[in-house]
Amino acid sequence: MKRVSTLLMSLLASSIVAGAATQAHAYRVFVSNEKDNTITVIDSEKLEVIKTIKVGQRPRGIALTRDNKRLLVCASDDHTIQVFDATTYEYIRNLPSGSDPELLAVHPSGNPIYVANEDDNLVTVVDIEKGAVITEIPVGVEPEGMGISPDGKVLVNTSETTNMAHFIDTATMKTFDNVLVDNRPRVAEFSPDGKQLWVSAEIGGTITVIDPATRKLIGKVNFDIPGVTKDAIQPVGVRIAKNGKLAFAALGPANRVAVIDTATLKVEKYLLVGQRVWNLAFSPDEQMLFTTNGTSNDVSVVDVPNLKVIKSIRVGQLPWGVVVAPN
Amino acid sequence: MIVKDRLWALRWSRTAAFALCVAVSNLAIAGFPTAASAQDSPAPSTSVTPAAEKLNVPILYAREIRDVPLPLSLLDIPPPDDGLAGGKLAISDNNTTGRFLNQEFKLETVENAKPDALIADVLAKVALGTSFIVVDASADTLLALADALKDKDALLLNAGAPDDRLREEQCRANVMHVAPSRAMLTDALGQYLVWKKWTKWFLVSGTRPEDKAYADELKRTAKRFGATIVEERVFLNDTGSRRTDGGHEQIQQQIPTFTQAAKPHDVVLVADEGGQFGEYFPYRTWDARPVAGTAGLVATPWHPALELWGGTQFQNRFRRMNNRIMRPLDYNVWLALRAVGEASTRKRTGNIKELVTYMRSKDFELAAFKGVKTTFREWNGQLRQPLLLTTPKLLVSVSPQPQFLHQFSELDTLGYDKPETKCKAYLTK
Repeated sequence: MKRVSTLLMSLLASSIVAGAATQAHAYRVFVSNEKDNTITVIDSEKLEVIKTIKVGQRPRGIALTRDNKRLLVCASDDHTIQVFDATTYEYIRNLPSGSDPELLAVHPSGNPIYVANEDDNLVTVVDIEKGAVITEIPVGVEPEGMGISPDGKVLVNTSETTNMAHFIDTATMKTFDNVLVDNRPRVAEFSPDGKQLWVSAEIGGTITVIDPATRKLIGKVNFDIPGVTKDAIQPVGVRIAKNGKLAFAALGPANRVAVIDTATLKVEKYLLVGQRVWNLAFSPDEQMLFTTNGTSNDVSVVDVPNLKVIKSIRVGQLPWGVVVAPN
Repeated sequence: MIVKDRLWALRWSRTAAFALCVAVSNLAIAGFPTAASAQDSPAPSTSVTPAAEKLNVPILYAREIRDVPLPLSLLDIPPPDDGLAGGKLAISDNNTTGRFLNQEFKLETVENAKPDALIADVLAKVALGTSFIVVDASADTLLALADALKDKDALLLNAGAPDDRLREEQCRANVMHVAPSRAMLTDALGQYLVWKKWTKWFLVSGTRPEDKAYADELKRTAKRFGATIVEERVFLNDTGSRRTDGGHEQIQQQIPTFTQAAKPHDVVLVADEGGQFGEYFPYRTWDARPVAGTAGLVATPWHPALELWGGTQFQNRFRRMNNRIMRPLDYNVWLALRAVGEASTRKRTGNIKELVTYMRSKDFELAAFKGVKTTFREWNGQLRQPLLLTTPKLLVSVSPQPQFLHQFSELDTLGYDKPETKCKAYLTK
C-alpha cells in the first residue's frame, strides 16, 4: 500500500483553502435531528449551539435555497417540505413534496427542487415559486440519494433496494440511463467540476466513481480499517472539495470519515468522529467540515487543512442532515 | 485430524475455483477492470442496457398445509397468506428493478396437505420451466422434495423449516436456507443472556419433538457460551380446548406451583415450539424472573415493529400491499425471492446453473434490512444473518452480540460453524 507523506497530505488539504480569508468567519451550520423534530444551529466561529428550531416530524434532508435566504426541511412523517427563514428561523410555509420525502436537491438556478419519496419509488419535482408539484418520475425501490450536476442538466437519484443510480434529464424530466451499483446506494454526489459522480453503497461498503457524461466506470473506493470489522464500514455521505483533489466520505458505524485522494481513489487517512456518521458538509471556505454522528447525538468539527478532528458539539437526537450557510 | 484438514483444503480449493470462475465470468459480462488494469483496457460502461429479449423468471412458492395447533393468543393466529404476502412484495420489488433490465418475475403457488401431491405439483411446474422454488414445509417433506428434484435443474429455498439436520447431516446440494436454523436462534438468545450476565437458566420444555429439539439446542448454546442450566423440568400438558370462557384462575395457580422450589436462577427459558404453555409463563413464575425462549424474549429473523436500517419503508410497503403487519415467515419468503432477484439483476441471466453458482460464491451479497450484508455459507447454503431479540412489541437487541469474535464473520458465531459441520453434500457440487 502506497503511503503518502504527512507533509504531502497537509499540502493537499491546505491547497483546498488557499486563497480563503485568513480571518475566521462565523458561518451558521444547520443540523436536522431526526428523532427530536428539531434543527440545531451552530455558530462556526464559537463552535457552539446558538439556536434550536422546532420543526415537523422526522426531519431528515435539509437544503438552503440558492440565494441562501431559506432553509428547506424534509419533514418525512408529515409528508411535506417545510420552509424556514434562514436568518430569523421563522416558519414561512410548506411545500408539497410527495409522500415521505427523505432528501432534496435544489437546481443551481434556484428552481425547481427535486425530492426523493422513499416510500413511493418516486422523485417529485416541485416548483418552489408556485409551491406546486410539476411532475413525478418513477425510479427504483426506496429512492434516497439526490445529486445535481453543477450545470443543472442532470439529476442522479439512487434507489436503495434496486441498487441503481438513475440518471434524469432535468429538461425532459425523464430517466435516460441507469447504472447498477453496489448494495444499498445512499448518496450520489457530483464533483464540483461535474466530471465525476460518486455513489456510496452502504451495505456494499464501497464508493463507485462514474463518469457522468458516458456512464463509464472510473473506479471504486474500497475501505479497510485495522481493528474495525468490514461489515461496520458503511459509506453514506460524500463531499468533494472545490479543487477536486480530496473527497471526504462518512462511513457510518465505522465511526470514521475517510479522506480520499480523488486521483488515485485511495484512502489517505481515516478521521475518528462520533458514532454512526452519515452526512457531512464543508463550510463555504472549506476550512471546516461538519459531520452528523447519529447515535452519539453530536456533530464533529474537522479542521480541514490539518485533517484533524478538533471538537464535538452536542446537538439533538439522531442528527441526520447538515448544511452550512455562508453568513 | 489430518483427514479433516485434507477435506478442508479440498473444499477451499473448490471454493477458490468457483470464486475464480465467477470472477472470470464477471469480467466477461460486466467488463469491470481492477484498478491495476484500468489503464490497459478502455473504461467499461456501467449503464444497464435492458436486454433485447425479455427475460422471464418464474418462481414457485410451495407450501405444505399442516395442522398447526391453535396458538394461546388470538394475536398469534397465522393469516391465511402467511408467507405468500412476503412473496408478493418481493415480486413487486424485483419487478420494479426488472423494469430497467427487461426482466420480469412471476410468482405461482402450489399448496397441499399431502406431501406426495405437493411434490407432484412441484415436479409438474419444474417440467414446465420453473427452476426456483421457495418452500414452506416440514423437514421431511422438504427432504422428499429435494430428493425428487435431485436430477433436475432446480433450487429449493427453505423459508420455513428450522431443523438443524437439514443444514447438517441431511443437507442437500439443491437446497439453500433463508430461514435461520434452531441453533442460530438459540445462539442469538444465549449470546444476549450471557452479555446480560443472566447465566443461570431454568429450562422448562414441552413434550413435542420440536420442543425437545429446541431444548437440545439451548443446551448446546449454554455449553458454547458459558451458561449453566441449573434446573430442568418438563411441562406435561393436557391440552384440552385452547380457548375457554374462563379459567385464568387455574393458570394463575398452576404456573407458580409448577415453577416453585427451583435452584437459584436468573431467567426462565421455555422450550415450547408447540405453543402450549410458554406464553402463560411471563409474570406467573414462582420467582420474579424474566422469561425467554419460545415466549417472552424471543429470537426471530424479523419483527413487525423493526424500523432500523430503513425498515420503516419496507414495513410500510408491505402493509400497504397486504393490509397487515409483516411476520417472520413473510420476511423469509421475501428474502428468498429477493435472493433470486438480486442474482438475476447482477448476472443478467435466468440460467439456473449460473445463478446458483453466483449465489453460492463469495461475491453474492444481499441487503436484508438488518444493517449488514447477508451471504450464503459456502459449506451448507445457510444464509448468515443478524437475528433479532424481541418482546411482542419491540426490539430488545440484535445478535451476534458485540465481542463475540470470529475468524471470518461474526455472523458465524450463530449456529453450527464450518469446522463442526456434518454437511457433505456441498462438497460434491
